[in-house]
Amino acid sequence: MYRIENYVFPSSLEEACRLLNGDLRGSAVLGGGCWLRLGRRHLRNAVDISRLGLDGIEEKEGWLELGAGVTLRRLETDLAVTGRFGGILGRSVSSIVGVQFRNMVTVGGTVYARLGFSDLITTLLSLDARVVFYRAGEMGLGEYLASNGCPGDILTAVRIPDDGRQAAYESLRRSRTDFPVLAVAVSRLGEDWRVSVGARPFVAARAERAEACLSRGGGADQAGELAAQELRFGSNLRAGEDYRRKLAAVLVRRAAQTLERGGEGCEG
Amino acid sequence: MRVNITVNGILYQREIPCDTMLLDFVRQCGFMSVKRGCDTGNCGLCTVWVEDVPVLSCSYPAARADGKRVTTLEGVQEEAESLGRCMARQGAEQCGYCSPGFIMAVLAMARELDNPTDEEIAHYLEGNLCRCTGYASQMRAIRAWMKERRGEGEP
Amino acid sequence: MKLVNKAIPKLDSGALTAGKGVYTDDIAPSDCLVVKVLRSPHAFARIRESRKEAACKVPGVVCILTWQDVPKIRYTLAGQSYPEPSPYDRYILEQTVRYVGDPVAIVAGVDEACVERAIKLLRVDYEVFTPVLDFEQALDNPVVIHQEEDYFNHFDIGGAPARNLVASGCEGEGDVEGELKKCDVVLDRTYYTKANAQAMMETFRTYTYLDYNGRLNVVTSTQVPFHCRRTVARALGLPMTAVRVIKPRIGGGFGAKQTLVSELFPALVTMRTGRPAKIVYTRQETFQASNSRHQMRVRVRVGAMRDGTVRAVDMHALSNAGAYGEHASTTVGLVGHKSIPLYAKAAAFRFSYDVVYTNTMAAGAFRGYGATQGCFALESAINELAWELKMDPAQLRLQNIPRPGEEMPAYYHEPLSSSKLEECIRRGMELIGWEKKYPGGPISKGKARGVGMAITMQGSGISGVDTASATVKLNDDGYYTLMIGATDMGTGCDTILAQMAAETLNCPLERITVDGVDTDHSPFDTGSYASSTTYVTGNAVIKACKELLEQIVAEGARRLKIEPEQAEFDGEQVFDRLQPARAMTLSRLAQDLVVGEGTRWLTATASHCSPTSPPPLMAGFAEVEVDLETGECQVTDYVGVVDCGTVVNKNLARVQTEGGIAQGIGMALYEDVQYNGQGQMLNHSFLQYKIPCRTDLPEIRVDFRESYEPNGPFGAKSIGEVVINTPAPAVVQAVFNATGIWVRSLPITPEKLLMGLEKLHGKCQRDAV
Repeated sequence: MYRIENYVFPSSLEEACRLLNGDLRGSAVLGGGCWLRLGRRHLRNAVDISRLGLDGIEEKEGWLELGAGVTLRRLETDLAVTGRFGGILGRSVSSIVGVQFRNMVTVGGTVYARLGFSDLITTLLSLDARVVFYRAGEMGLGEYLASNGCPGDILTAVRIPDDGRQAAYESLRRSRTDFPVLAVAVSRLGEDWRVSVGARPFVAARAERAEACLSRGGGADQAGELAAQELRFGSNLRAGEDYRRKLAAVLVRRAAQTLERGGEGCEG
Repeated sequence: MRVNITVNGILYQREIPCDTMLLDFVRQCGFMSVKRGCDTGNCGLCTVWVEDVPVLSCSYPAARADGKRVTTLEGVQEEAESLGRCMARQGAEQCGYCSPGFIMAVLAMARELDNPTDEEIAHYLEGNLCRCTGYASQMRAIRAWMKERRGEGEP
Repeated sequence: MKLVNKAIPKLDSGALTAGKGVYTDDIAPSDCLVVKVLRSPHAFARIRESRKEAACKVPGVVCILTWQDVPKIRYTLAGQSYPEPSPYDRYILEQTVRYVGDPVAIVAGVDEACVERAIKLLRVDYEVFTPVLDFEQALDNPVVIHQEEDYFNHFDIGGAPARNLVASGCEGEGDVEGELKKCDVVLDRTYYTKANAQAMMETFRTYTYLDYNGRLNVVTSTQVPFHCRRTVARALGLPMTAVRVIKPRIGGGFGAKQTLVSELFPALVTMRTGRPAKIVYTRQETFQASNSRHQMRVRVRVGAMRDGTVRAVDMHALSNAGAYGEHASTTVGLVGHKSIPLYAKAAAFRFSYDVVYTNTMAAGAFRGYGATQGCFALESAINELAWELKMDPAQLRLQNIPRPGEEMPAYYHEPLSSSKLEECIRRGMELIGWEKKYPGGPISKGKARGVGMAITMQGSGISGVDTASATVKLNDDGYYTLMIGATDMGTGCDTILAQMAAETLNCPLERITVDGVDTDHSPFDTGSYASSTTYVTGNAVIKACKELLEQIVAEGARRLKIEPEQAEFDGEQVFDRLQPARAMTLSRLAQDLVVGEGTRWLTATASHCSPTSPPPLMAGFAEVEVDLETGECQVTDYVGVVDCGTVVNKNLARVQTEGGIAQGIGMALYEDVQYNGQGQMLNHSFLQYKIPCRTDLPEIRVDFRESYEPNGPFGAKSIGEVVINTPAPAVVQAVFNATGIWVRSLPITPEKLLMGLEKLHGKCQRDAV
């Protein structure tokens, strides 16, 4: 059970930040709000930023910019998103619970929370995405994931280099709408490769040796093995560490093979 | 806090606790079709539309709906009637507890997708759980209903 | 037949698809006190002290009850006929708590917020004990879960609480060991099933109030209103006349609501405060603090000759009752009773069982009720046997199943009064494409397919126990009211019973109204469980309608001034057989019956109890596709062919079958209850406990092969439970045929498959070396 004492619609990001920092422990920004009910939290201030116009999807100056308030569902339906990166953004979120849920969950809420099982973070990491905070400014997503987080700050947008990268996504789920047992995103721009593995069950991380292997033409098989070796895996309800490691080799290989073939929809 | 929420065309001006979820709000307004099936946003039973977009009312703060237009099954009775009839013809409602959320999702789908394939239908409705039917009868009902809407089926 | 054997929409379908507020929480008065329960965080503990002063001071809190405040009366929550074969091992609240979720305090207040606050302020000091969590370690464990002196059983069920044993028993015929020795092939296998959650969409909920006579009214989502009345009265120390139970529409039950769960908490609050009270279980409480399927380990020894004749079956079941013994002795019985009889050529069989207490949530009834676990074990063993014998498993079944009319020694020596099981198997083979697809194998690099099958039986009511009554009234306008005590929980029994009544009364369905259950008004019925409603209550309905017909004819004859033997009723009018023009319409007669001299309001009540429980039968066929590199498994096709006797309602029987198969596939592949080392259930939400969603399932295919059951209403048997049993063994076999791995412990997970494959291939390589 959660409790909220004050529900506030700030009129600006500045006000939102002020509210948040006025009572750091007792306040929280509401993104989609979907996980709110899971925690037993007592919030003195719920800061709803859904009316600050952060829900834009823009293509500008070589970047695709997703406002923090963009819902996951829009990643599946907005042509500016589905037409890029082999459609990976929409595809990678399409198994998350259901349409109604994805109509609520936001890009900002998902990325900010750095949840281990996140399909979206896995994908964004493979696309060299950057995150924009109101106060801390812009930083690489990887940097943010490795940091201690940005308490008291507000994530306003996610920026992805609009560089024509192709990307492929693989995940395994015990049932179709479950959290992934493992999530893998691989992207490629020429011979520049990215390999990202999430739900290990830890939050997504890049497999740099696998990337290097692919970049030097070492092949998908070897890249899969390397990713399995270099990353840390763990156990939870859904699967054990050993299984996840084996799975990582397979899914990384498959995603890389898809790109070797020229991307999604290209056979043979 | 005070909110102004239009539910099914009627404006409700209410003083509510800040942590009220839209689900409880609409039920307190008397719209009993909206059901709670889980605590985690997984089941789809509580599906309503906010500004015509299907959402989970169990996880949607009522405060966020302030000034907005909310639709429950009670507000689309006419549109839902033929679908309900198609479901009844298949026995697809069974216990009926998930039917309102399911119907709201199907109607939203019909507005969003043009002539969807079976696969697209199943994927769109993935978030609506049902424990009684195994879903096959729901699929038959949707097919019959869509046929009817295209003017091909029996009325 | 005009109405039976047709696809008729449910009577309540209009209301349900329009979203009308017809369920318990929709109709509860708004001034109900909100009731919530503080639950034990420990798997096994004794309450040293509970302090409620601070909690009592929360504004709006009206009543807080702890173990000192409840009646010291032992009872069972099992919804079974009296005397229940379940131990009386519960108090409403007890000083000892036996699983994580056991109630510690009941708090009632004017709204949810104040009750939540009060619960937070309750201070409970526990003396924590080491729990028994592993059911294989429970028997004779030094930790004894039930030590209470007033533990009570109505009769011996083979239990010994000091040994953590709820029940045990052994039955059989013939010389099992001797027969096994004579067999060409003997298999000895052990199978495991989990404590699956029924997971109906409407959680447990109840509201209670005192009426103007001071009687306790209990409105609740239950499958067993009459048992509920008896148990509420007992647990609260009230005479049964002081309790009334009302069942509105129910959002699914699947057996979960054959046990009382939420009823006693608001009932006690209402008795103590005089105020209406309501409890609505959260999904977490529903997972964590209600009841589930019994987790089991079933060892099967089966012996056969080279030609495939099964000569001996020996089964032992270890069943996990959890913390309390509801349905413990009866559920386990079905493990053997509903599986062994299908191997009718066995010269000897034995079935023995132990049911143990552990510090996990109590188990109860879940569709299939032990038969599901037994079917998984024995059918899997038979599939393994077929593989050993290099025989087609379908042929092996065809060779061993009992024929119509044959006596089944392992089924209480009842004769198989009706069966089209053979046709079910053949039809299923045809639909799935068995000849072409069996057994299966690789379809591409890294992918393989396989098919598998299983057969099963259930019962139709509990023979000699389940009792149903029906009352049918002729109203003053010529319409009928059918009153039943059977509980429609979404299954559509109100509709199918109305179909039977209309068929018997020879009238359109619209002329019959059916009411929900109210123990003050409805005739007695044990309730909707054990697949009893169609078969047992159906017979009661037919009897009552026939009796009413006689009354109509007699009253009509009197008015026509002829002998009853000369009168006939065609559903519309009573007429003189010799001069058909001399007639009286039913509506005229009905009006006449309630005015003036010679009035007689026509109503007939009949009861039924069946000495036998004719088994519905089914063959299930699964096709799966397995990703050999990841272990991912998808059921790509499922065919179920059922003999439920006459299909009373074609739609509803079909949907029952599709839904049962879906639940069975869930059990086979997804539903994976897990506890941590402290006894906390880890999957207490739909986030973590995955029931199949629609893209997890193929479009399940169903067909019927209708036998005619001579003892059934219009030839019908049951359908509700038999349909859940086949998927687990059929999917397991299909997976074996795709991968070479027998999964003997459910659910089949990608991890188990991949790890199994690695082991298998490692072995092959070694063998090659």
